Amino acid sequence: MLKDITLGQYFPGNSFIHRLDPRTKILMVIVYIVTLFMAGGWVSYGLMLAFLACAIRISTIAPKAFIKGMKPLVMILAFTAILNLFFTQEGTVLLDVWIVTITTGGINRALMMMARILMLISCSFLLTYTTSPISLTDGLESLLGPLKKIGVPVHELTMMMCIALRFIPTLIEETDKIMSAQKARGADFETGSLMERAKALIPILVPLFISAFRRADELATAMECRCYQGGGGRTKMKQLHYRRGDMVAFGSGAVLAAAVLLLGQFGL
Amino acid sequence: MKPILEVKDLSYIYSAGTPFEHRALDKVSFQVRSGEFIGIIGHTGSGKSTLMQQLNGLLKPTSGTVLLDGQDIWSDKKLTRQARFRVGLVFQYPEYQLFEETVYQDIAFGPKNMGLCKEDVDRRVREAASFVGLTEEQLEASPFDLSGGQKRRVAIAGVIAMEPEVLILDEPTAGLDPVGRAGILGNIQDYRKAKNATIMMVSHSMDDVARLTDRLLVLNGSRLVMDDTPQRVFARAQELVDMGLSIPQVTQVFLHLRKLGLDVPNVYTVEQAAQVLTARKGGAGHA
Repeated sequence: MLKDITLGQYFPGNSFIHRLDPRTKILMVIVYIVTLFMAGGWVSYGLMLAFLACAIRISTIAPKAFIKGMKPLVMILAFTAILNLFFTQEGTVLLDVWIVTITTGGINRALMMMARILMLISCSFLLTYTTSPISLTDGLESLLGPLKKIGVPVHELTMMMCIALRFIPTLIEETDKIMSAQKARGADFETGSLMERAKALIPILVPLFISAFRRADELATAMECRCYQGGGGRTKMKQLHYRRGDMVAFGSGAVLAAAVLLLGQFGL
Repeated sequence: MKPILEVKDLSYIYSAGTPFEHRALDKVSFQVRSGEFIGIIGHTGSGKSTLMQQLNGLLKPTSGTVLLDGQDIWSDKKLTRQARFRVGLVFQYPEYQLFEETVYQDIAFGPKNMGLCKEDVDRRVREAASFVGLTEEQLEASPFDLSGGQKRRVAIAGVIAMEPEVLILDEPTAGLDPVGRAGILGNIQDYRKAKNATIMMVSHSMDDVARLTDRLLVLNGSRLVMDDTPQRVFARAQELVDMGLSIPQVTQVFLHLRKLGLDVPNVYTVEQAAQVLTARKGGAGHA
C-alpha cells in the first residue's frame, strides 16, 4: 500500500534523458515551467505537450508511472478547475443560475489551468524518474555553487536534501513493518471515527520517530567515522561535465521557448 | 488429528503488474498439527517472512488458501481478524514496535484490541510477563529504559498476552548474546508447555532448530522444498549446503568422522552425539 507512493522515485535506465547531466535536466525543467507560464493559447499548449510527450517517449519510462503519480493530485486539480470555472467572467454566458455563472471564458480558463498543472507536474516527475537522488543533489549543489560566495551553506543544504531523499524509501519500509507488527497485535487503522483513527496512529508514530532518531544518530556517527567535515575542501569522485547531448537538450529548450514566445505574439 | 493450520497451494506475488513484480511464494502446501514445534529455515529472500505473514492474514494470498481450524481465513472479515489473535506473530527485532509509556500498557495493547474486560487484560498481562521473566517493577518501567534483551522479552510478551494457539516467531534470538538467546528459547518452550500451543519459528541457527523442533520446513527460491523431521532433513546435508544453508555443527563433525572411515550414524544434536560416543566408548572398553 505505502509502497505505491512514487514521490521522489527513480526508475533506473540508460536513455538519452537518463544520461543527461543533472544540471541540464534541472535547468530544462525550469525553462519548461517558465515557458509554460508564458504560453497563452491552445496552440502553444499543444506544442508544449508534444515536446513533453517526446521527452517522456525518449526516457522509455511507462506513461502509466506518470498517471499513477498524478493520483494524489486529483483534489488540487479539481479545486483549481472549479475555482477558475466559477470566477472567470469572460465570453458568452452559458449558464446563469442563482449566483452561479458559467461562461465560455471560464471553461477555457479551467481547462487551461488543468493542462498547465498536469504538464508542470509531469515534467518534474520526468526529472525525478530519470535522475538518481544523488546526481540530483550533485547537480543542485553545482548550480547553487555561486551562492557559497555570499555565505549560504550550499553543500550542507544539498547534503541534507540528499539524506532526506535517501531515507524516504527506508522510512516507508519501516512504517510498513511497524504497521504489520501492530496489526498482528490487532491494531485497526481502517475503521472507526476520525478521532479513533488519529489515535490508532500513535502505535505507529512513536516507534517510527524513535527509529528515525536512532538512524540519524547512527548515520552521524558513521559520517564522522569517515571524517566528514562538511563541504570545505571536498572533492568529487564523479565530476559533472556537459556533453554534446546536453547541448542538444539546451538547443531544443531554446527553440521551444522561442516558438512559444513567437506564437504568443500572434495570440495563439 | 485435524490440522490446526493448513496451507494449500499458496502463491504470493509482490507488486503484481508492475516492473517490480516478484513471486515470493510458489504453490506452498503443508499442514500444522496442534502442539507441534516447527522450524522454518531458508536463506534470505526464500519467502520465509512472506509465508509467516500469510498465516495470520496480514498478507492476502494471490492464489491458494490458508485454513485455520478448517476455515478459510479470508472467507469472512471476522475470521481474518480472529486469525490475527489466534495466530500470534512476533516479527524480527520486535523491540522496535514498542510505543507505550509503561511495559504493562504495551503488553496490554493486544489483549485490549481483542475487546477483553479489564480483569482479563490484567491477568493476561501478568501471565505473559511471568512467561518471559519480567518482574513487577519492570512492568511499571518505561520500555525504552530496558536493555535490548529485556525489550525483546516485552515485545514477545505483547504477543503471548493474546494467548495465541499458534505462535510464530521470526528469528526471535537475532542479535542477542548467548544468555539472552537461551532465555528467550526457554520462554517459548514454557509457553508451549503451559498452553499446549503450536510454535513455528524461523531461525538461521541450525543448532537451535535441531535441538528444539519436531519438524522442519525448508524454503528455497519461494518453494517449499523439504518438510520432514530434523533428522531426515539434516541427513540431506549436501542439498542444504547447495541452497546456501548449513547443518548443525555437530552433524558436520560426524559427517567428517564418517569420511575418515569411522562407522557413526547421523546425529544432529549434541545430546545424541554424546550418547553415540559414550555407547562406543563403553563398547570398546568392555571388549
